[in-house]
Amino acid sequence: MPAWANLKIPAIDYQDIIFYAAPKQKASYDNIDDIDPELKKTFDKLGIPLEEQKHLSGVAVDAVMDSVSVKTTFRETLAESGIIFCSFSDAVKEYPDLVRRYMGTVVPYTDNFFASLNSAVFSDGSFCYIPKGVRCPMELSTYFRINSANTGQFERTLLVADEEAYVSYLEGCTAPMRDENQLHAAIVEIIAENNAEVKYSTVQNWYPGDKDGKGGIFNFVTKRGLCRGENSKISWTQIETGSAITWKYPSCILRGDNSTGEFYSVAVTNHYQQADTGTKMIHIGKNTKSTIVSKGISAGHGQNSYRGLVKVLKNATGARNFSQCDSLLLGNQCGAHTFPYIEVDNQTAIVEHEATTSKIGEDQIFYCNQRGISTQDAIGLIVNGYAREVINKLPMEFAVEAQKLLQISLEGSVG
Amino acid sequence: MLIIKNLKAEIDGKAILKGISLEVKAGEIHAIMGPNGSGKSTLAAVLAGREFVNVTEGSVTYFGKNLLEMPAEERSKEGIFLGFQYPIEIPGVSMVNFMKTAVNEHRKYKGLEPLSASDFLKLMREKKELVEIDSKLANRSVNEGFSGGEKKKNEIFQMAMLEPKLAILDETDSGLDIDALRIVANGVNKLKRPDTSAIVITHYQRLLDYIIPDVVHVLYDGRIVKTSGRELALEIEEKGYDWIKKEVDKKDLS
Ligand SMILES: Nc1ncnc2c1ncn2[C@@H]1O[C@H](COP(=O)(O)OP(=O)(O)OP(=O)(O)O)[C@@H](O)[C@H]1O
Ligand SMILES: [Mg+2]
Repeated sequence: MPAWANLKIPAIDYQDIIFYAAPKQKASYDNIDDIDPELKKTFDKLGIPLEEQKHLSGVAVDAVMDSVSVKTTFRETLAESGIIFCSFSDAVKEYPDLVRRYMGTVVPYTDNFFASLNSAVFSDGSFCYIPKGVRCPMELSTYFRINSANTGQFERTLLVADEEAYVSYLEGCTAPMRDENQLHAAIVEIIAENNAEVKYSTVQNWYPGDKDGKGGIFNFVTKRGLCRGENSKISWTQIETGSAITWKYPSCILRGDNSTGEFYSVAVTNHYQQADTGTKMIHIGKNTKSTIVSKGISAGHGQNSYRGLVKVLKNATGARNFSQCDSLLLGNQCGAHTFPYIEVDNQTAIVEHEATTSKIGEDQIFYCNQRGISTQDAIGLIVNGYAREVINKLPMEFAVEAQKLLQISLEGSVG
Repeated sequence: MLIIKNLKAEIDGKAILKGISLEVKAGEIHAIMGPNGSGKSTLAAVLAGREFVNVTEGSVTYFGKNLLEMPAEERSKEGIFLGFQYPIEIPGVSMVNFMKTAVNEHRKYKGLEPLSASDFLKLMREKKELVEIDSKLANRSVNEGFSGGEKKKNEIFQMAMLEPKLAILDETDSGLDIDALRIVANGVNKLKRPDTSAIVITHYQRLLDYIIPDVVHVLYDGRIVKTSGRELALEIEEKGYDWIKKEVDKKDLS
């Protein structure tokens, strides 16, 4: 297990984890009403109107519960423009060539401990392929839920945007409250060919444990995108409010000339949550650009680390990076840490790094109180102001939800 | 409207207010003057509900209710407005968003629907004109990077938006150029209604040329040591506080 992260990880008994669990009523889900009511409730809570979306929001959803994909909507509509959006298990059966061509090319099974574990035991996940020249007409999204006790979740997402293709993809995650810790070790791979663009957004709300740090999900995830083609672009946006421990570094390998990588992140740690998160931007092609905006929020006894690598290889002439790492503290017992790594092997590269740390002061809260705004709303206002730059990167319908989530996850953290 | 009786308060165990009694009736304007560190801002803080000031004795009733038991945000919604001596910066929170939240909280408290976006912007525009605040300021983050004078004008703008029953203005005139002073004072006068009151804390008589007080109090060492008409302000401007301090110290000795 990797030991370099700024995390205190209790020993995990891997023999004790159930590596495959299928939801009990794995029946046919032709009718949306047949979906597990728990799952539906989860979606409702997260503002994902699985029922209405057929008419309203135009978001296609793949729902993965425990180890199995239970429902993919809009498959037929998408298929009309040649887009494949289905569960990983279906993809293996129906599009074995595509899966073989791309799977493991960005995150090899030898990449790291959790990637190996995932590669060995994963059972399902989401697969998406956008063919040449197609702009995906709707938001695609995957909803993950860990439901059963003692179960680990090991899903994989593989997302391929062929030349000139565009897709915006969102994943959301929830899990019920449980006293024991549960492991989530997922892999996400993205490939962007020439002139393709992929926006990948995450709203992560796995169960964070209770206020004393009991229970919660261990979120050890490997996410990486490869800008394989020229002028390609991959952009990660993440709102991380859940999980007891988060260990993830959505990264971009900028191989194609003129390719662009972006990472926008808000990570909240409240109570006893820990997060060590950030990104890697590997500049290989010429004139490659990357932007990193990381906003950490720590409250309670939360520990929040940003860890990021900007690497410019020898031939990456004209590479540019801008990094902004901000930390916001609520209270006196939390911590914020920044570990930026910069490795530059090309003289023409321009790499900028800015960092700030600030604290929500009692003065600010009182000022809001005096204008009639409650402490809870004041924190919401201030935190959302702080995180606005990142939240604005989310698709509209999820931005509102993310704002609420931020506020809820910080409830009771001051005053 | 407001009755303060024998109010004593301390900060970190140190007595700051040492028995203040004051009654403000509807429609009145009270000026409070007094040397630095005498407790003027502390009194304002107690009235607004700041928690680090610890009230040890006395009572404050506001429209018949025990004010000291009300949380700060409720006092605001009940019509108490504090213009801060040092307005606070809140980076990342736009004035529009801040004021919209505040105004709608006040409306909710009164059982009114929240204002629509367009009605709200209209209200903002009206009030901006009323207090002659630069339109650009309202598009920035709350007080962030505002100059000293701009912050003070912004306090008056917020007061205009919230239409308080009792406005407590803590040195809103300090740091203002002469034009800004007139604007702020005019703002206060325009917003004044026959049934609303104000407590104006100031060091300078010139503000009271614009805002005509009914009473002037002098606060010294945590006590109101002198209460008189407007002319008291002039006297202080001329002679300073020494003569009042002497009077007080003499009384203490005897
Ligand atoms: N937060 C605080 N912690 C400790 N002492 C304080 C605090 N706030 C005020 N004091 C003290 O209380 C006393 C009264 O302060 P206050 O700010 O009320 O004076 P003031 O009359 O408003 O003065 P000025 O005219 O300078 O604004 C001072 O001695 C001050 O140092
Ligand atoms: Mg003062």
